[in-house]
Amino acid sequence: MSETAERTPAVAGRPPGSPARENGSWRLLRGLGTLLLRQRELTVFVVVVLLVLYFGVISSTGRAVFFEKADLINLGQIAAPIIIIALGEVLLLICGEIDISVGFIYAFTPFIMYFLIQYYGVPGILAIILALVCAAAIGWVNAFITVTIGVPSFITTLGTGFVLYGLILTMAHGEQAPVSPQVLGIGHWLGTYAFAEIIWAVALVALFHVLLRRTRWGLHTIAVGGNQLGSAEAGVNVARIKYGNFMITAVLGGFVGIQIAFQTNVIDTFSGGAAYQPMFYAVAAAVLGGTSMLGGSGTMIGAFLGAAVLTILQDGFAVLGISAYPLEIFFGGAILISMIASVQLARLRAGGRIKR
Amino acid sequence: MTAEAPQASGTDVLRAEHISKHFGALTALRDVNLHLARGEVLALLGDNGAGKSTLIKILCGFQPPDSGRILLDGHPVTLKSVDHARSLGIDVVYQDLALVNQLSVYHNMFLNRERVRGLLLSNRAMKRLARQYLDEMGVHIPSVETDVAALSGGQRQAIAVARSVFSAAKILLLDEPLAAMGAKEAAMILSLVQDLKSRGDVSIIIIAHNYGQVLDICDRVNLLQQGEITFDKPGKDTSVTELNEIVIEEYRRALQERQRSA
Repeated sequence: MSETAERTPAVAGRPPGSPARENGSWRLLRGLGTLLLRQRELTVFVVVVLLVLYFGVISSTGRAVFFEKADLINLGQIAAPIIIIALGEVLLLICGEIDISVGFIYAFTPFIMYFLIQYYGVPGILAIILALVCAAAIGWVNAFITVTIGVPSFITTLGTGFVLYGLILTMAHGEQAPVSPQVLGIGHWLGTYAFAEIIWAVALVALFHVLLRRTRWGLHTIAVGGNQLGSAEAGVNVARIKYGNFMITAVLGGFVGIQIAFQTNVIDTFSGGAAYQPMFYAVAAAVLGGTSMLGGSGTMIGAFLGAAVLTILQDGFAVLGISAYPLEIFFGGAILISMIASVQLARLRAGGRIKR
Repeated sequence: MTAEAPQASGTDVLRAEHISKHFGALTALRDVNLHLARGEVLALLGDNGAGKSTLIKILCGFQPPDSGRILLDGHPVTLKSVDHARSLGIDVVYQDLALVNQLSVYHNMFLNRERVRGLLLSNRAMKRLARQYLDEMGVHIPSVETDVAALSGGQRQAIAVARSVFSAAKILLLDEPLAAMGAKEAAMILSLVQDLKSRGDVSIIIIAHNYGQVLDICDRVNLLQQGEITFDKPGKDTSVTELNEIVIEEYRRALQERQRSA
């Protein structure tokens, strides 16, 4: 919607006495800067292209080629889980909430599938569907505690995350579980096939982009995050939107968990806090892609590109054979820079220098 | 009790009879009678704490009165909720306007009343209708695709009013529409109200504490003092001076009472 907005003259013009040397290249540079600030996805896209060029050029002259099939498979398998979980987090962040527990839902759901098959003889596809229903139920509980009882979602999902973690360890006796042979057929389409996950991820990005931009659900999600009281006064069912988005996020988390189980051919307990990682990466991808932590704005394409940045950095380091230790410093730096840019953007907008 | 109420007239779209409301020991409204004719603009004036907000909340279905009844087009109704009142054609433009800064003008105008084709929003239809409607109302904004955040206070107010009228509201309650508004913007809102009045299909209650501004455009003035309507005159038969004197008189009396009891 903002792309096509007319540019109106600046409300608060520059104070008199500001730089008068508006020569051509300076103006071009400033125009470019403004454009990049206005179009957050474009900024991230440029970063992605630069990273690909950097790692691609360096690696093609060196030991490995960045775009061999094995590299692409690797990239896709790292990126897909981050992307899919980020789609849910974007919806939640836009409507003013967050889900810290999604990594544990991701670890929990494949175990439900496993138990249903092993101990209750449930047929494979039905077991997967029931496991996802179970994930949705966890999302409902998160929403109930947050929306109906009124606990901030950060705290709610911190708590439910620990509960789920304990449940996983108790149920599985702290052991990994094998993937049941009954579901290997469908598993091929979900995660075993090398490109399955990234294909799912791209398809879901398209679907969620339409959901956010072109449906009442998306519009109401933005409205709730932008002005909760106002949307309620306009008759928007705030609780329904939030319940729905918690449940969508949980189902996406569970879905990714099942995909990973098929991909690795084992159901892991993700002990020692490993289950936090997909959630942190997903939120980082959302934020890098321009989703506001304050609610009211965010994009699915941005989250996709944000996940691409994190993935290429991670894989690029591996390809170049650089130690993985400083990697997280780059991640942190990227997040901080992008947040500083967006705070700066908000300030410029408030001053009327940039119109959306 | 009913004998005291003014006789029902055929043209009244809204009547509130013998409305009382208490909050614990506090009496917010005491036997309030209010009527609004079709196409009329009524200014509901009163100082802070006089009971204006309570009356509005009752009229828009936000809370029920302790006693008394509300009639729409002569039929008694019980307003169950804000949504219910809205479905009956009563709509409030709140002081906070209930606009979403992050959404475009047309999405705000259609919020919760979106036009859809199947599952997808028909943005083009909404844009066209919003543009057409704002033009009709004489509201000038750069583009209906502008985010509401970029509009001035007066423009935002106009959008909120347009949204209510647009959604087929027959009775419009404007809660302090001129608060925090510059002279130019206030003039724009007042002319918008005047336009609506000349079209005649909407009846309007303007709530205000600054009566100088609304006196010129309203048909009738009701003054609310300490939960009672103490004054009901056509707008042209009263003046700012008269209203000022009434309010100052009230203040004097209260001061004297306080001094006596002290």
